[in-house]
Amino acid sequence: MPENELVEGLGLDEYKYDFETEHKPVFRAEPGLNERVVRQISEHKGEPEWMLNFRLKALEIYESKPMPDWGGDLSTLQETLDEIYFYVRPQDKMEHSWDDVPDNIKDTFEKLGIPEAEQKILAGVGAQYESEMVYHSLRKEWEDKGVIFDSIEDGLKNHPELFKEYFGTVVPSADNKFSAMNSAVWSGGSFVYIPKDVHLDTPLQAYFRVNQERMGQFERTLIIVDEGANAHYIEGCTAPVYSTDSFHSGVIEIIVKKNARFRYTTIQNWSNNMYNLVTQRAIVHEGAHMEWLDGNLGSKLTMKYPSCFLVGEGAHGDILSIAYAGDGQHQDTGGKVVHAAPHTTSSIVSKSISKGTGRSSYRGLAKVYDGATGAKSNVECDALLINETSRTDTFPYIEVGEKTANIGHEATVSKVGDEQLFYLMSRGMSEEEAMALIVRGFIEPIAKELPLEYAVELNRLIELEMEGSVG
Amino acid sequence: MSDTILKISNLQAEVAEGELEILNGVDLELGKGEIHAIMGPNGSGKSTLAKVLAGHPGYEATGGSVEFNGEDILELEPDERSQAGMFLAFQYPVEIPGVSIANFLRTAQQARLEEGEEIDLFDFTDELTEAMDLLEMDPAFAERPVNDGFSGGEKKRNEILQMAMLKPTLAVMDETDSGLDIDALQIVANGVNKLRERDPDMTILLITHYQRLLNYIKPDHVHVMVKGKIVKSGGPEVALQLEEGGYKEYQGHEAPEPVEA
Repeated sequence: MPENELVEGLGLDEYKYDFETEHKPVFRAEPGLNERVVRQISEHKGEPEWMLNFRLKALEIYESKPMPDWGGDLSTLQETLDEIYFYVRPQDKMEHSWDDVPDNIKDTFEKLGIPEAEQKILAGVGAQYESEMVYHSLRKEWEDKGVIFDSIEDGLKNHPELFKEYFGTVVPSADNKFSAMNSAVWSGGSFVYIPKDVHLDTPLQAYFRVNQERMGQFERTLIIVDEGANAHYIEGCTAPVYSTDSFHSGVIEIIVKKNARFRYTTIQNWSNNMYNLVTQRAIVHEGAHMEWLDGNLGSKLTMKYPSCFLVGEGAHGDILSIAYAGDGQHQDTGGKVVHAAPHTTSSIVSKSISKGTGRSSYRGLAKVYDGATGAKSNVECDALLINETSRTDTFPYIEVGEKTANIGHEATVSKVGDEQLFYLMSRGMSEEEAMALIVRGFIEPIAKELPLEYAVELNRLIELEMEGSVG
Repeated sequence: MSDTILKISNLQAEVAEGELEILNGVDLELGKGEIHAIMGPNGSGKSTLAKVLAGHPGYEATGGSVEFNGEDILELEPDERSQAGMFLAFQYPVEIPGVSIANFLRTAQQARLEEGEEIDLFDFTDELTEAMDLLEMDPAFAERPVNDGFSGGEKKRNEILQMAMLKPTLAVMDETDSGLDIDALQIVANGVNKLRERDPDMTILLITHYQRLLNYIKPDHVHVMVKGKIVKSGGPEVALQLEEGGYKEYQGHEAPEPVEA
């Protein structure tokens, strides 16, 4: 069957992304974060004055904000931050053809299957290595229609007015400590503009790779989907496994204009030594649809709550979140919806799986402002626990300032039951096969929304993770 | 007697937690293609026997032996017993949300293949269609998640469909009649009879409290189990006697339970 062939073709093993590439960067800032590092980043990028000032202001904000204590364990994060490299410039130029990308970096992305996927199923691809985008390309047919898909740096250079109009407006520097940090040291990420009424029929994809040990990656993405346009953007991330911790803190800003539709899919599969603290937010205008499909499989600690700010009448936001927390991992994920206009609707569906000593937390907000008449929101979060040592928590926040709003919340926690296992085993499946089938069934409502390649990979990953899960 | 499929000798078993429903030395022999019924009051141990045969982890065999096709199976895992040709139709089939019956059956069949071998999807689909035709089931049924939101009758029909697809040499049917109204009972019993026509060598062990199931599936042998032992064995007439006299004769004081439906 095609599904199995695909799985064979993917040739997955346990964490297949654990390989290092020999590559000497052209520049590396000193470890740790200070004003000198921020100035160096800005200088290397040849930025206008306003951006340097933006960065320096953000650094001040970052330093003034305390480390958050409400989510995952960040007690030793400062030590990590003092040791990591905030800026590593792999090469001086971004390429538009894989042939021009240095061989060892190109090999990395070939191992990850990026150029192959680009040919088959993607409208455009961006590839980030350490701190910079090393490759960006968009199919000509879309370029001709006015679609912009470029590195964030080139967005600033080539489209300064559009850039300045929206940059930092969806996620202000002062939003939280890590959005401030990102605003100070951002490097890499995508700049996307989909013109009015243009419908992309295949996704754009950005791939983020951290190669070096003690690395911090701070991509910044700005996406503007103009009126009546329709597009899908996929983000993937991996890194080799190191004994020291690494750090990733991105900021994603999305503007979905009137009657446009946009879907942002993340398949985060960082190695288990990665802190992953990301702010993703979309402003959704009248009659527009925004959908976050957020898959968190890797990292040591992820804190990420994709958000939809529904500011126009009839705007709709969907957040589908799936989290897998294996041994030693904590996935603190969920979603936020803010209803600020009449007849806005939203839905959050979150599924988490905790295995071994893994912990998954659902953290979500559903907020309705006074005047958002007839707003409707539904939140459903389901947790599946594999072992006795696995843990899950739910932190749903609901704030309703509008009498006519309708907010629903439902949460379930289930454990893989002995009777379920026995039932499947009595049909001839091994304990691991039985476990994997139960888990696959649990995530099915979300997996079916994923592009096929990712759905297959997710299923395969879960099968592998279930090996040795029993006992 | 024909070839022996199952030979239970002096089987003793207990529930891993608690002392109820124990087996106190069960002896039973089933020949190829035979239908046996075990009847008994609540708490007699008849469901325990079904679970011990299938290898439920909550039950522990503490003595005696069970030979299936000449091999002692008490040390085998439930999946190994299934692959050896045993099938347990559950009294309370378990829900597996998000997993379609077709996917579930395909996974179960795949598990029977050698490592590296892939199930042929076309053959599988044909086989499933055939089995559903035989059991007069709507093909859409195979797309529903296993037992999730099923009525009692649907759950039991799903068990019979699995039996049809997995083609066991021995099917142990644990109170398949419980919770069914008379119409559902007839449908399920018809299914079993059709499978028997298709696979005449299939051996069936029916476990039931009530005689009424035996009006539809005719057993060759009927055994009465009380307090963890077979206390009487004979032909179909034993069941008819039970219907008249209840289990009182075997227990001294306990009255028969009222018949459902």
